[in-house]
Amino acid sequence: MSLDFKPGAFSDFFRDETFRESFTYRNSPDAIRRFPFPFDRDEYMYSVNMEPHVPGRKGSVFEKTFDVDEHYVSEMIDRAKVLADDPLRCQSLPHMTLAGWDTLELIMEAKARDYPQWFSLTKEGDRWHWINRPLGIDHTFTFLDESTLPYGPFEYIMRQTQGDWTLQDERDGTLWLDAGVATSQADWSADFDIGMNFHEWHAPVPLAHDLGVFDRALKFLLKLQHGSPVRRFNWTMTVNPLLDTSPENYPKWGPTKTTLTQENLGRKQHLRVELQSLYRLPRSNAIAFDIRCYLGSFEQIVTVPKWGRRLHRIVRDLHPDLATYKGFIRNRPAMAEWLSKYDDGAPTSPGWWPED
Amino acid sequence: MSGGAKLPVRVAEVVEVNELIKRFRFVSRDGSDLPAFSGGAHVVVEMDDHGTRRLNPYSLMSDPEDRSAYEISVRRDDQGRGGSLFLHRHVKPGMEFVLSHPMNLFPLDNRARKHLMIAGGIGITPFLAQIAQLSHFSGKFELHYSARSKPLGAYMDRLSSAHPGKVHCYFDNQSQQINLKTLLATQPIGTHLYVCGPKGMINWVLSTAESMGWPKLALHHEEFLAPGTGKPFEVQLAVSGKTITVGTAQSLLEAMEAAGVDAPYLCRGGACGQCETNVHKCDGTILHRDHWLTPEEHAEGCKIMPCVSRFEGKTLVIER
Ligand code: FES
Repeated sequence: MSLDFKPGAFSDFFRDETFRESFTYRNSPDAIRRFPFPFDRDEYMYSVNMEPHVPGRKGSVFEKTFDVDEHYVSEMIDRAKVLADDPLRCQSLPHMTLAGWDTLELIMEAKARDYPQWFSLTKEGDRWHWINRPLGIDHTFTFLDESTLPYGPFEYIMRQTQGDWTLQDERDGTLWLDAGVATSQADWSADFDIGMNFHEWHAPVPLAHDLGVFDRALKFLLKLQHGSPVRRFNWTMTVNPLLDTSPENYPKWGPTKTTLTQENLGRKQHLRVELQSLYRLPRSNAIAFDIRCYLGSFEQIVTVPKWGRRLHRIVRDLHPDLATYKGFIRNRPAMAEWLSKYDDGAPTSPGWWPED
Repeated sequence: MSGGAKLPVRVAEVVEVNELIKRFRFVSRDGSDLPAFSGGAHVVVEMDDHGTRRLNPYSLMSDPEDRSAYEISVRRDDQGRGGSLFLHRHVKPGMEFVLSHPMNLFPLDNRARKHLMIAGGIGITPFLAQIAQLSHFSGKFELHYSARSKPLGAYMDRLSSAHPGKVHCYFDNQSQQINLKTLLATQPIGTHLYVCGPKGMINWVLSTAESMGWPKLALHHEEFLAPGTGKPFEVQLAVSGKTITVGTAQSLLEAMEAAGVDAPYLCRGGACGQCETNVHKCDGTILHRDHWLTPEEHAEGCKIMPCVSRFEGKTLVIER
């Protein structure tokens, strides 16, 4: 058994695009309307702002437990390329195998339930039959028996799942990042963080420690219950729709920050939004953390007038420490200048939906 | 957040295990599978005891991979507040209950090369599920289980015959006791120690292990305190703006819930830390009964664990 993709079906929905070199990544007009614009008011302050991960507004990115969008097939092809270059981008310590099975079950059950046209899962006792039509996969395997899959359970399902993921083992009153896949992350990498505990891997966020938000976040996470997942949003800025902005590859992507002009900024500069969701896993008692990334170019975002006005105000007024942390302090004046053309000073309505 | 998804279940079976212990089997009301869980997990059983709402935690003892039902074993406590008596006297097959999803404050450390388990009495229940889970992955374990007498040693026969050579039983009425020092001295490196049972046993096992140089991170125990009874007292809740009275057989947490305050909890037994609340004003004595706060914090009196602790005196104002 292998995991060669045979995509092709449903190509009228799934885009064929790249996230490197030629950068053909784009959002369709429909995808922009459902972009998870993360600002519900004109100011931004770091906060943990968790909410229950329950099905949201129809058509939104959290209508389903796991959003499968038009970029799915291309993102999975991109992930396979990153892993071929650097297999360490997906790691799972030996004691996390059970958590990997839990994750596989969670994702397969949710996708088969939410997208029956694309995914199907049938079980006969421990024999599971999994069909992933967009990627052309049709496998039968034995649940909890690793030898029946071409990869460990975590890597197997991660090669078919959008988003960077980490699995946290709960021990000694804290969480340990003991498995993870990171091929689309903003400035962190699985290789750096495997084996770290909760406070260690959050150390780089400025201001947050002063606010004690991580102590509260840890307490919140430790009581995360199976069956009651939670979510929050985070955001950053990236030049070009590069999914892989990891520290190891900084020499490749860092210099792109200096190529912005007022002419190309709208096309090159992207708002990158992470929909982060957290799940308590049943058998392993571990916590799965899904960091799902959405990219929208400035020129596509300002097609929604409310978002254009608001993004200008956020970029212009953000605390300098946060602008530095999010990696755009140097380009901020240019970004604010470009965005100011889309801000007529009119008031914006509360909330982040495009139409209200 | 005390809410979270709930599991609506029905009692499928009640079995008298011995003169003190009954076993209850719950199935989902719509016949669907219950979630798998991790060995050592408990559920909170919501009971309506003739108008008194009780939320009691019980360890799951069934095989975590058996999704057709959950089983708990309950020891009758004639001196307790009534939860176990209600279950023993009034609960019959067919009755409907609501369970929390399983949560685990006594998980196996999956990195351990070997799991050494020490159980006393009804403290056997989490180990039953852990052993079932380990058996699916050929995990290595050894169980030392003491009971007052042979008839009170619930599930001993079942365990001994399923796992020959790995289960060792001891009976108080035959003056048998675990040879703890020898046992701890002869474990392979990478062994984790788990203990669940009466308070005295837990303290004995943990202090012996620590004095023999066992690393703290390899020691695990579970002890749920029953909230206990006491004199009624009055409490002001600063954020909710309410004044409530805690009854004799009620915990402060239960009194808050009865007043419509949604207070956080996980274990309801003084162990997990989730219910911790700041004390704004205290004119009297807080009767700390948890083992979450440190002795220093108990002495300071700036915090209280409402799931088990009580108060005697004039005024108590807490943050909730
Ligand atoms: S609920 Fe766990 S300590 Fe109070």
